[in-house]
Amino acid sequence: MFAAIEGSLAVAEAVKRCKPDVVSAYPITPQTHIIEELAKMIANGELKAEYVNVESEHSAASVVLGASATGARAYTATTSQGLLLMVEVLYCIAGLRLPVVLGAANRAVSAPINIWNDFQDTMAARDTGWIQLYAENNQEASDLHIQAYKIAENKDVRLPVMVCMDGYLITHSIEPVRIPSKEEVDKFLPSYRPEHCLTTKEPLTFGYLMGSEGYMETRYLIHEAMENAKGVIEDVAKDFSSVFGRFCGGLVEEYRLDNAQFVFVSMGTMVGVIKEAVDALRTEGKKVGALKIRSFRPFPKEAVIKALKGAAGVMVIEKDVSLGSAGALALEVKDTLYGLKKMPKVKGYIAGLGGREVLNETIVKALTLFDSDVKEPVFLDLKESVEGRKYA
Amino acid sequence: MHKLYNNNLLAPGHTACRGCGEALGARLVLNAAGPKTIVTNATGCLEVFSTRYPQSAWEVPWIHSLFENSAAVASGVAAALKSMGREDEARVIAQGGDGGTADIGLQALSGTLERGDDVLYVCYDNEAYMNTGVQRSGLTPPGAHTTTSPVGKVSIGNKTNKKDLPSIVAAHHIPYMATASVGFPADLQRKVKKAVSIKGPKYIQVFVPCPLGWGSDPALTIKIAKLIVETALFPLYEKEDGKLTSLRKLVKRKPVSEYFKLQKRFAHLFKTEEGKREMERIQAIADKNAEEYGLTSKPKAP
Repeated sequence: MFAAIEGSLAVAEAVKRCKPDVVSAYPITPQTHIIEELAKMIANGELKAEYVNVESEHSAASVVLGASATGARAYTATTSQGLLLMVEVLYCIAGLRLPVVLGAANRAVSAPINIWNDFQDTMAARDTGWIQLYAENNQEASDLHIQAYKIAENKDVRLPVMVCMDGYLITHSIEPVRIPSKEEVDKFLPSYRPEHCLTTKEPLTFGYLMGSEGYMETRYLIHEAMENAKGVIEDVAKDFSSVFGRFCGGLVEEYRLDNAQFVFVSMGTMVGVIKEAVDALRTEGKKVGALKIRSFRPFPKEAVIKALKGAAGVMVIEKDVSLGSAGALALEVKDTLYGLKKMPKVKGYIAGLGGREVLNETIVKALTLFDSDVKEPVFLDLKESVEGRKYA
Repeated sequence: MHKLYNNNLLAPGHTACRGCGEALGARLVLNAAGPKTIVTNATGCLEVFSTRYPQSAWEVPWIHSLFENSAAVASGVAAALKSMGREDEARVIAQGGDGGTADIGLQALSGTLERGDDVLYVCYDNEAYMNTGVQRSGLTPPGAHTTTSPVGKVSIGNKTNKKDLPSIVAAHHIPYMATASVGFPADLQRKVKKAVSIKGPKYIQVFVPCPLGWGSDPALTIKIAKLIVETALFPLYEKEDGKLTSLRKLVKRKPVSEYFKLQKRFAHLFKTEEGKREMERIQAIADKNAEEYGLTSKPKAP
């Protein structure tokens, strides 16, 4: 079915077809449309699941932790402060190796309070042990949810997955989306059969105390599972394409990289803006291309090297910043390329914080500033002055 | 293994201290609930002394994740069992200490109770953060010395009254709630059995002495756990659908000093005039309890 549909509703349709047993969430803008739609589906009997209304995101994450440990397929969604409140539990869900899926409607973090899109929230959850996939548009947000369960439940992975979607730009935007049929999803995604769960048939202890004799190894195993996930993410994308007849997914997406001297690297909806800018610059004869990072965790070093090794310059533009250092994605890209015989020059740019619009001109400016000596990270589109204070 | 230990769902060999009231309480609770039980546990002594990898003392499926979320995790377990048609497989018991329940876990507990989730929450109340080294909690009683409410030249210990958690729980109008003490094991086990026979949210607060944290003789755990009830500082009762359905009456109410004198955390109250005044104030709390609950007449002087 092809429908013009809001991103949140497309995600809810995808989640419904994955048949979660338990959904638990706490309302926070702009995640609300997803969970309202799921609550409606459950209320109408379209989705047979328990919807647990909780008193905080901390409890939402704890409910899906408990449900997943009991062998249920579980879903939650949140954003911004809600995700930050969840972080303590997120570490636990990954440490317990529970294949929970979380929809993150990317939003800025306080203070000042701001409900608009950027990636500072999910970047704060970067090291929790969750796989992080970033969607470019409504279709990807929907498809990645379906793939997320298959990745998470793979026995070589067994890690939770966060599907990151730009707040408003995806969650509240209407785009044409292919809504998968129930039959297709059933064919693609088998029902969840955990190797172990909380059951009286096999009384096991989950979440024990571990000293220095083994803690480090449990962390290593998560890292190893992340490495395994790289192959699984690619395989699942291929499976998806064979069932659904169209490709979506994978670790990265290359865009017009043939002979590209300068490559933009980014994530989420900004990649759409970059693609248009690349097209325009190409018509002007500029040899530019783009690399979309779809999987930020695990970080696809091999795919990034393959895509960028021939470039002269790499411009990483991102909607987050590690204050006092640089953008998280730029640091990853620099780390990945460091030591190559012909290492491209990499420059990091920060754009679109707190919902500031990223325009074609923003992207072109990044290219213009590439050879300048302006200090990194380069904050694009800073206003010259706000309230009398000079910025740029 | 001695036959006394057969069928214990909290197996012996764990690393709790001598005379630990919480270990005793958990064993009594689990044995009463039976093997068809899934347990969620808050961070704390109980979790630490029972699950040191690679060993576990739990003979039932058991999960721990964080300090403040035992109730919410239990809600998730209950929701999963319901959703998957496994409701008859097991009852869900959430466990936590007084800090994990009354302080950091109060919000999650309220959520579980308010939603009507089919969970029995058991709070093991030893009146301070014992696992981290005896710091004051919201359930630490007045006058008690803890490492963060220390006795000093200008301090007679904890200045605040013990949070009335059972009343907070009662305000959720749940089908069953009770207070209990390891000093009265048969009473505790009867309450657990009744609780797990009822659908919906249940709550039991069990008084569990901590010899290490209280400075009491490990051999006196049961005696102390009886004494607090006998002073009326910790009345034992049950409420079903908001109605008081049982109350442990006291034949001879004991003065609070009799309970205090067995614990170093109250020793300073006997040494100064100010301490004695504080003890009188606490005696008045016990008197008020006795009157409010109709426990007995005034205590006889020792």
